[in-house]
Amino acid sequence: MMGYRMIRRTTASRRMAVLAPLAALLAAIVLNFVLYLLMGKDPGAVFYAMLLEPFISWNSFAEVLLKMTPLLLIAQGLAIGFRAKVINIGAEGQFVLGAIFASSVPVWFPQATGWWLWPLMLLLGAIGGALWAALPAFWRVRLNASEILVTLMMNLIAAQLLAYLLVGPWKDPMGFNFPQTVMFQWDAMVPTLFPGTRVNVALILALVWSVLAWVYMQRSFQGYQLVVGGLAPHATAYAGFSEGRAVWLSLLIGGFAAGLAGAAEVAGPLGQLQRGIASGYGYAAIIVAYLGGLHPVGIVFSSLFMAALYIGGDNAMVSAGLPASAVEVFQGSLLVCYLAAIVLVRYRFARPAEVAA
Amino acid sequence: MSALSFILAGMLAAAMPFLLAALGELVAERSGVLNLGIEGMMALGAVVAFIVVRHSGGHAMGFVAAGLASAALSLVFAWLALAVRSNQVAAGLAIGILGQGLSALFGKGYESLTVPGLPKLAIPGLSDLPVIGGLFAQDAVVWLGLLGTLAIWAAMRFTKLGLVIRAVGENPHAARALGYHVIGIRYGAVAFGGLMAGFAGAYAATVYTPLWAEGMIAGRGWIALALVVFATWMTGRVFFGAVLFGAVSLSQLAAQAGGVALSSQLLASLPYIVTILVLGVISANKRLLKINGVASLGEPFGP
Repeated sequence: MMGYRMIRRTTASRRMAVLAPLAALLAAIVLNFVLYLLMGKDPGAVFYAMLLEPFISWNSFAEVLLKMTPLLLIAQGLAIGFRAKVINIGAEGQFVLGAIFASSVPVWFPQATGWWLWPLMLLLGAIGGALWAALPAFWRVRLNASEILVTLMMNLIAAQLLAYLLVGPWKDPMGFNFPQTVMFQWDAMVPTLFPGTRVNVALILALVWSVLAWVYMQRSFQGYQLVVGGLAPHATAYAGFSEGRAVWLSLLIGGFAAGLAGAAEVAGPLGQLQRGIASGYGYAAIIVAYLGGLHPVGIVFSSLFMAALYIGGDNAMVSAGLPASAVEVFQGSLLVCYLAAIVLVRYRFARPAEVAA
Repeated sequence: MSALSFILAGMLAAAMPFLLAALGELVAERSGVLNLGIEGMMALGAVVAFIVVRHSGGHAMGFVAAGLASAALSLVFAWLALAVRSNQVAAGLAIGILGQGLSALFGKGYESLTVPGLPKLAIPGLSDLPVIGGLFAQDAVVWLGLLGTLAIWAAMRFTKLGLVIRAVGENPHAARALGYHVIGIRYGAVAFGGLMAGFAGAYAATVYTPLWAEGMIAGRGWIALALVVFATWMTGRVFFGAVLFGAVSLSQLAAQAGGVALSSQLLASLPYIVTILVLGVISANKRLLKINGVASLGEPFGP
């Protein structure tokens, strides 16, 4: 870009807003192509397994939809906060707390039956996630402490709390000393949608949640206040919008969604509380939120794509011997490329001669 | 050995990962750039150093390689934050995730392997004192780290370079009007932060606990970030904060060894809980943060 200058566009470019993620994907593929060559893997086979295979059969696509569910739920919640400049990176912990709260029902009442069991667990999970986010909100509003650091610390504490429950009071007494709870009873499981797959009702909830997020952020006055508060805090404070309320709303909404996702994960594909619950969805959802342009519609696509990357990464692990962490590297480099590409939405590049004229 | 002398002997070593990373971040933040990617840069430095030392390149080589690798990663961040002018928070998180991914990827074949640590260099006489003697027998990196802390403190306070870095962070437009290259200085400060994070990771993985385990940084990069806030961007306070956290993380070991009837998970959470509490206490003093804070922190700079 030598000799070129960045000129701020008067209005954001819509064309670039759509092109930027695609350009970022292309750049990430090129970078990781080189990485796979260096690792001695066949990049063609890796990318086939990672990017195409998830969409080829109905079975693997169903797994993509299953993975997409928590990512979509969490990212929609986080994006609301990010647009209000409330940076909640504690979704991982809020997710774990959601799983713990939901598990309390089948762990304490393993004999309970009734159609209302799993809905109650999802609700408890969402409340648990919101409670875990309430402390950082209080710390930020009352004590002026950075929510970035406090939410991150809460993740690390949540991981220890989970470990404590699984080796201590909640360990399955018949579980051969494995750190996991009892398997949940039938009524404690979220019903599946399609026979033969693991996709469950939580996917519908995630899609409904997305519609609600769209209505809230794009159509409601409160959502508008949050967005404007993020863009121009001084102006909005002058207009009488409360920053504290924005922090509370952002964190509680984010925690609620992450907690719901955690509950749906234990009461869905896992069927018991185990260490595997903390598998990094909370961090991946940060990438999903940014890749989706922090827009409810964009996030539906980015969560689908990131879910496919997970399933594709598993495929590549089996077929091309790619380590699981390579997927994490791909996700990280994709976000880096996206942040670089997104600059084209708000800036254009001009030759110095053009600037002078 | 009593718990007190155990903590006194080990707290400087335990403090090193916090101290080195926080000092680097302090310089970067003083220039006005907030790099949230420390955890990832430390993780990358840790794995690079471990691999080099494991293949018997020696500790010196390991530290150099780790510093360079993390500095290179921090330059990717600097390019995003300074050239592309993207959101510094998002760019830092992206670099952090990338660094942790690379760390896990490179470290895959090294899980649970060990490397030799470093010998303790004792100050004759002082190290024989009762109770506090252990304080004077430390490895070479600790001694160098203490000297480095002093050097950074002096450089930020008394040299022209330190003054320019602070000026760039305080008022970049004025600094530019005086003829300083704001973006260039910020690149340098961020790269220094990356270098130090790399050293911090290297120390954690090849000296403090010379055993490779994925995710071994375990939040210490984030605590280092919090330390910079606790210290209200002052070098001396960063040092005391780091030593305090070193002592806290050691006291869990002492408590476990002493048979204190607390769950190991609660003890492991102690540094995180202390971070949250101290962050609340320090941040609540808005005036202090405003006086000592960096005015342009996190804001993009462009003509």
